[in-house]
Amino acid sequence: MTSLSPALARRPAVPVALLYVALIVAAALTVLPFFWVVSGSLRGLDDFRSAPGAWLPSEVTFENYGRLFTQVGFGGFLVNSLIVAALTVVANVIGGSMARYALAKLEFRGKRIAFGAVMASLMVPFSATFVPQFVVTVNLGLVNTLVGIALPLMVAPLSVFIVRQYAASIPQELIEAARIDGASEFRIFGQVFLPLAGPALATVTIMSFLASWNNFIWPLIVAQQSATYTLPVGLAATKQAAQNVTDYGLVLAGAVVVMLPVLALFLFLQRYFVQGIAATGLK
Amino acid sequence: MASVSSLVAGMARARRARGERTHSVTAWIFLTPFMAVFVVFTLIPVIGSLSMSLTDMRSTDLRNPFSVDFVGLENYLSLFVDPTFQRSLLNTLVFVVIGVPATMLVGFVLAVVLDSVIRRGRNVFRALFYAPVVTNVVSVALIWQYAFNSQGTVNEVLATIGFAGPNWLGDTNLAMPVVILLGVWRNFGTAMLLFLAGLQAVPDDVREAASLDGAGPIRRLVSITLPLLMPTTLLVSVLLSVFYLQVFDEPYLLTNGGPLGSTRSLALYTYDQFGFGNISTSSAASFVLLVIVVVVSLVQFRMLRSRT
Repeated sequence: MTSLSPALARRPAVPVALLYVALIVAAALTVLPFFWVVSGSLRGLDDFRSAPGAWLPSEVTFENYGRLFTQVGFGGFLVNSLIVAALTVVANVIGGSMARYALAKLEFRGKRIAFGAVMASLMVPFSATFVPQFVVTVNLGLVNTLVGIALPLMVAPLSVFIVRQYAASIPQELIEAARIDGASEFRIFGQVFLPLAGPALATVTIMSFLASWNNFIWPLIVAQQSATYTLPVGLAATKQAAQNVTDYGLVLAGAVVVMLPVLALFLFLQRYFVQGIAATGLK
Repeated sequence: MASVSSLVAGMARARRARGERTHSVTAWIFLTPFMAVFVVFTLIPVIGSLSMSLTDMRSTDLRNPFSVDFVGLENYLSLFVDPTFQRSLLNTLVFVVIGVPATMLVGFVLAVVLDSVIRRGRNVFRALFYAPVVTNVVSVALIWQYAFNSQGTVNEVLATIGFAGPNWLGDTNLAMPVVILLGVWRNFGTAMLLFLAGLQAVPDDVREAASLDGAGPIRRLVSITLPLLMPTTLLVSVLLSVFYLQVFDEPYLLTNGGPLGSTRSLALYTYDQFGFGNISTSSAASFVLLVIVVVVSLVQFRMLRSRT
C-alpha cells in the first residue's frame, strides 16, 4: 500500500466519501450478474412464467439443483471436469517445472531452440490452431476422450514462465554443491529444486486448474457425446435443450454449479491468482 | 576398455575444471514433456494450418489428411472476396477498436481510485472487480442473454423509467455493443490489476514534490502519473488487443455471430467454416488470424525488451 502523502491528504480532489459511493456502485454493477444467476437458480418454472424478469424468487426452491443431477447428468459432467483438471494440473506442475529447471539451471546444446519453442507457444493463438489440433487428435484416436480434452493445455508455456522467477532465486551454489556431492540431475530436481519452488507450483496449480475448468471451445469440439462433456459444454448443451421450454431455473442452477468452485477458490487463494496475472503481464 | 573409460572420465574432469559443463541429454529429457506437447499441439498444427489452407481439404478427408489436392492460394483469394469473411474481419476490428479502450478506461479509473484514495477495503474491492475474470464465461453469457432479451431484466428496468426497451441481441446495431460489454466486464479486472501494479511502482516522492510545487490532483495525474505509467499502458493495450483479436466465446454464446453476421468475429468465422466441413477455408482464415496475432505479439515482446 502506498501511504498518503500529507499534501494529498490535505486537499483531496473529490470528497473521499463520494469516491466510496462511486466504488460501491461500480462493485454492485460488477456483481449484479452473479446475483441474477443465483437468484434465478432458486426460482421454480411457474415463478419464471408469471414474472419473467423478477429480481427475487417469489418462493425459494432447490428443486432446480436436484433436477440437474437426476435428469441432466451434471454429476457425470462434474466428474469429467475434475478428471480433466487433475490431468492438466499434474502435467503442468511436473512438466512446467522440469522444463524450467533445464532452462534455468542447465547448460545444453539447443537452449535457444527450447526458448524459441516457449516463446512460439506463447504467441500462437488457440483459435488459429484448433482445426489442425483436431485433425491430430482424430488421428491419435483421442476424440471423445478426457485425455484428448486435457492434452492441449498440458504443459502450458505460462506454467514454464510462472516457475521462472523462483528458478532464478534458487542459488546456483546450492545446485553445484549437490552436484559435487554426486547427486544426479534428477535427484537435484526432485530434492533441491522442487521443494524450493513450492509457492510457484501453487500458482501453477491454480492457473492451470482455472484454465482447464473454464476451457470451452476445445472441449466443445472434442467432446461429441454427453459421456465426455465437461461442465461448460454440458451447461451449453443443457441450455440449448431447455430453450424451447424456457426452463431458465434449471440452466441458471447449472451456471451456479459451473462457476462456484472457481469463485470459492479465488476468494480463498487470491494471492496466487494475482501472482499468476502478474506473470501473464510480465511474460 | 578400462583405459578408455578413465580417459573419458579424465576429459570430463578437465572440462569440469574449466567450468564448461554441459548436460545436453539430461536437459532434453527434462524438456521432453513440454516439447512433446509443443510439437504435437503447436508446431505441427501451425505447419498443418498453413498446408491445409493450400489444399481443398474437407471434413471427409480428416482421417486421410494426405489424400487432398494442392490448390495454391485459391482459398486465400476466395476468402478475401467472401463478404462473410470481410464482415468478420471488420467486426474483429470493431472488437479491438472499441473493446480495448473501453476495458482500459474502466480498469484505469478503478486502479487510480483504489491506489490513491481508498485505504480501507481496498482488497475487498479488488477481489470484487477481479471476480469476473475467473468466472466461467458460459455461465455469465447465460445471464447476459436473459438480462438483455426483450422481456429481460434490463428492459424491465427501462420500463420503470418509461422506456420500451428493444430486443438487444436481435438487433443488428445493438447486438455488438452488448457483446462488447460482456468482453469489457470479463477483462477490466485484468487491466485494473496491471494498472494497480504500475501505479504502485510510481514513487511517492515524485507525486509529493509535484503537489508541493502546487500541482493539483488532475495535473499530477496527467503530467506525472500517466507518463510514468506508459510501459504498463502499452503492455495492457497489447494484451487486450491479442484477446479481442481472438474473441470467440462472447459472440458464440450470446448471438452465435448473428443477427445477420453483425457480431461474427474472425475466430467464430473459422469455427463456422470448420463446422460446415470446409477445413481448407477454415485453415486459411485461421492462418490470417495467426499472422495478425503473431505480429501484435512480436510488437509486444519488442516493447517489453526495450523496457527492461
